[in-house]
Order: sequence, then structure tokens, then C-alpha cells
Amino acid sequence: MNIPVELKYAASHEWVRYEEGVAVIGITDYAQNALGDVVFVNLPQEGDEVTAGEAFGDIESVKAVSDLNSPVSGTVCAVNEELLDAPELLNSDPYGAWIIKVADVGETEELMDAAAYEAHCEAEQ
Amino acid sequence: MKLLFEKSVAGRRCALLPKCDVEAVDLPKALLRENPPALPELSEVDLARHYTELNHRVHGVNCGFYPLGSCTMKYNPRIDEDMAALPGFAGIHPLAPKETVRGCMEVFDTARKYLCEITGMDDMTFQPAAGAHGEFTGVLLIKQYHKTRGDEKRTKIIVPDSAHGTNPATAAMCGYEVVNIPSAPDGCVDLEALKGVLGDDTAGLMLTNPNTVGIFDENILEITRLVHEAGGLCYYDGANLNAVMGIVRPGDMGFDCIHMNLHKTFATPHGGGGPGAGAVGCKAFLKQFLPASKLMQGGDRIQVRSFMGNFLVVVRALTYLLTLGREGIPEAAENAVLNANYLMQKIKGTFEPAFDRICMHEFVLDLSEYKKETGVSALDVAKALIDYGMHPPTMYFPMIVHEALMLEPTETESKETLDWAAEVFREVYARGKTDPAYLHDAPHHAQIGRPDEVRASRNPVLRYTKP
Repeated sequence: MNIPVELKYAASHEWVRYEEGVAVIGITDYAQNALGDVVFVNLPQEGDEVTAGEAFGDIESVKAVSDLNSPVSGTVCAVNEELLDAPELLNSDPYGAWIIKVADVGETEELMDAAAYEAHCEAEQ
Repeated sequence: MKLLFEKSVAGRRCALLPKCDVEAVDLPKALLRENPPALPELSEVDLARHYTELNHRVHGVNCGFYPLGSCTMKYNPRIDEDMAALPGFAGIHPLAPKETVRGCMEVFDTARKYLCEITGMDDMTFQPAAGAHGEFTGVLLIKQYHKTRGDEKRTKIIVPDSAHGTNPATAAMCGYEVVNIPSAPDGCVDLEALKGVLGDDTAGLMLTNPNTVGIFDENILEITRLVHEAGGLCYYDGANLNAVMGIVRPGDMGFDCIHMNLHKTFATPHGGGGPGAGAVGCKAFLKQFLPASKLMQGGDRIQVRSFMGNFLVVVRALTYLLTLGREGIPEAAENAVLNANYLMQKIKGTFEPAFDRICMHEFVLDLSEYKKETGVSALDVAKALIDYGMHPPTMYFPMIVHEALMLEPTETESKETLDWAAEVFREVYARGKTDPAYLHDAPHHAQIGRPDEVRASRNPVLRYTKP
């Protein structure tokens, strides 16, 4: 299982990377593996407000539909629209295929480092 | 296998029409279509063979064991079909004069009386066409109740994370905000989590009991009391009624309204897309909001479907109720529970139950350890079962169990069938330990092995277009 050390992780299996104050958000390798083949993603629009700990979109795999939770509060400043046509990128390259970028980051969920997240996944299995 | 359209031969016909003995009339041009419809042209024997071939390619309850958890794939007695085929039932028209369909109205009244008795409800509508439609209708009753009282601040419906997906979907469709609460480690409602979300914005709680892991929530009276105390109503999803029918009543558990899947619990063929019947029952104080057929029942109440719903499903359900009777209905529930526990105990020691305790009518196997060890997933096991002529169990549900297989044998299976099924599970388990590759490629002897689910979801082809 791939857990890059430079990222921060939410308990609901999203990763966060900060790029000059903007939070880049995606789903983890563990999440994509648990979901199975992803067939659709429902994304917010640029300018939408997201709230830490609440759903900003959803993701549908051959197994189930799940919420995508935002680890941070703020304003969506970019959406990876490539995923609408190629949701399989979330399976093949979960850390390359970012989902949204959030600016004006306010409240943030308590996030884990790679070691803590690995333990979290172990406990969940 | 070729489609009917691909088997079509220009000019071939099924029917020999007698010579027209009335004068031909030309339709106004505006009513004529510009091109003839693209219908396949076939003989009767072409058609008969086509559908027989399709029949050979599917697996129904009449073909073999069908332990599809949460779906109650019990055997549907023939007598139900015989009654539904009686010309007095099958041949009626909803616009026929009232005095000619009194017997049919009596079918509704009798079925309502018995089903209200079984569920502890005071009134019932048969309009909803199936389960999800019933849920939608039931939650609208709750909404209308709050609205009528001027209690507009109630905007949230609580749904446990083990719920059927239709529950949160229904609440959202009714305009409610869905509040998901986590289950306790035993799969039941976490009372503290429930208390934490209850408030004066709670419109209601949607719950299945026994729940989706096949466990009866023993805190049910406390759960419904807490919701009522907060001013909310309690909705019972009748999906798992088969485990408790005639034994314990949702009305006595504290539920205010319910739906039942008559097509599941009361034995009419289902799984092929309908018709079904999602009867909705309620306590007396919600009665005024029940939908009704304006034409056939009078009044100015809202309809959720035309006329009286899927009448012949109600005929089948009533036949089932009358055939089993007061003693037979609880006995069917008891046997459903007994069969599930028997099968769980027989499989235990290979694939392990997610909750190792006495279950109700269904149980969930947790294959996550097995997958870690062998690389064989719940999907692989499900596919391998097809080779034995068994319908796979429900996979990857409920979401609170990883690598879940959910089995509901139902009361209509014999001990011999259950022994055979357990033996099949043992064989598949052993095969996966020594030869996982074989299971990754399963099924090996089925007409269709592993359809491309990703492509089917992304680019579904739902309609034939001429090449």
C-alpha cells in the first residue's frame, strides 16, 4: 500500500497537500483499492464552499457510492475535470489524480501523518 | 446469443390475420408516423426458441438455491399464481363500474386488515409500486405531519450507516438533510451517537430491524422512545420483515409508519424488475395523509400512482397469507431464522461470520482475512459459486463489513439444500487456499463469466440501434 510521507491524511481516506496555501485534495491508495473500479465522480464547481468533515461530492465504484469528504473548510478554486471523463485515474494514479483544490482554508480536520494513517488503515482492516 | 433484431428476416410473420371484413379507414395524416417502427420480423417458433434460450441462461428460484442476502428470494407457491390468474382478477379494468369489482375491493380490504394486524399499523395504502416508492411515500407522510403542525424546523432524517442505500436516497428525495450515524461494534444503533444528533431539527429516523447484518436491535424500544422524545417520527423499512412476521410487530416496537415489500416477504416473483407492491402502513394519527385513489376511493387525497397500485401482487400476497394462516406466518419466519443460523454454523470454520452470534434471517461473512491470506476476494468467491449452480450471495453489502458476502437462505430451503450449499462453500474455501488463480478466473462453466462492469456503468447500451 502506497502512503507518501509528504502528504497529510483524513480518517475518511482523503489526502491533502498544501501548495502555497491552497489545499489539494484526493483519495488514498487504500481508498481506491477498497472501492474497486471507479465509474463516476460527482464534483463541486469552482467557487463552491466546502466544510471540513462534510461531503463535497461523491464517488461511485462497481461496489458502492461513497461520499467524498473535505478535510478542510474553504472555497473550491479548481476542479479536476479530467476525472469526469476518466474516473479510472483515481484507481491508476490516486496521488496524481487530485480531485479539488481549496483556497481560503479555514477550519481543518485533525489530519494524520503517513505513519499514523498506516496504523489507521491497519486498524480498519 | 443473437438479439431478436438480429434474427429478424424481412417479411416473416407470427400471426395469420383473417381477411379484414370492415371498410378500411384512412387516418388523418397528422396522426401517421413518418417511418414504420423498426420491429423485428420473426415467426412464432423463432420467438419461442429465443425466450427459451434466454430462460436457460438465467438463474431463478425455480432453478436452484438463491441465497441473495437482503432480497428474500423465497420460493413463490404456485397457488399464488393460480389466484392471480383468475379471470375475475386478471381481466378487470380500473374504469369498470364499481359494483362489478366489489370482490377486488374486498381483496384490498382483507389484505389491509391482515397486514395491519401483522405490522401493528392502523391503516395502509397499496399504491406504491415497490419498496423504494413505498419508502418515499412513507417519509412524505412524516413530512406532511410536521408541516401540518407548523413544525417547519425539522429538516433532518437520521439513517444508520448500515442502512440500505435507498434510505438516505429517499430522505434526500423528500428534501431532507441526511444525518448518518455510525453503528456500534455489534452492528446495532449506537445509542450515544443517536442521542448526539437528536434535536428539534429531527424529522425522523429510518431503521430496518432486524438490521442489515441480520441482527435484531434489542434497544429498539429505547431508540424509538428517544426519537419520539425529540419530536421526530420513526420509519420502519420492512425489507427484513420476513424474519419477524407474526412474531413481533413494528407498531409495538414504536414505529409510526412502515413499508413492506409484498413481493418479497409475501411471496410474489421478484428480481426481474417488477411488478411489485410497496404497501405503506401507518398509525392512526398519520392516516389522513395516506395517498388514495380519488376515482376508486373518493376524497381529495394525493395519489402516488394511478388507481390502486399493482393489484395482482396484492392478490398473490393475500393468497400467501390465507394459505399460511395465523400459525403458518410466524412458522415461516422461524424457519427463515433457523435456516440462516444452520447455514452460518455449517460454513463457520471456513469463511467466518462478521458477527459471531445468533442471527436472524440472514448473516454476513467477512472475507477480509481470507483475502489478505489468499488474495481471493468476495467477488472471486461469489463468481466461483456460479459454477456450482448456485446464485451468489449479496456482495460488498452492508458497507460496514469489508469483503462482505451476505446470505439469506429463506425458509423454503430444505436441510439437504443447506447441507449441499455449506459443502460448496467449503470446497470453494479450500480451492482458494491452494489455487487462488482458479478463483480469480471463475466462473469456468457459466454462459457469462465476468461482464465488464466498468464499461457497463460508464457506457451502458440500453437500446438497440440498427447498425
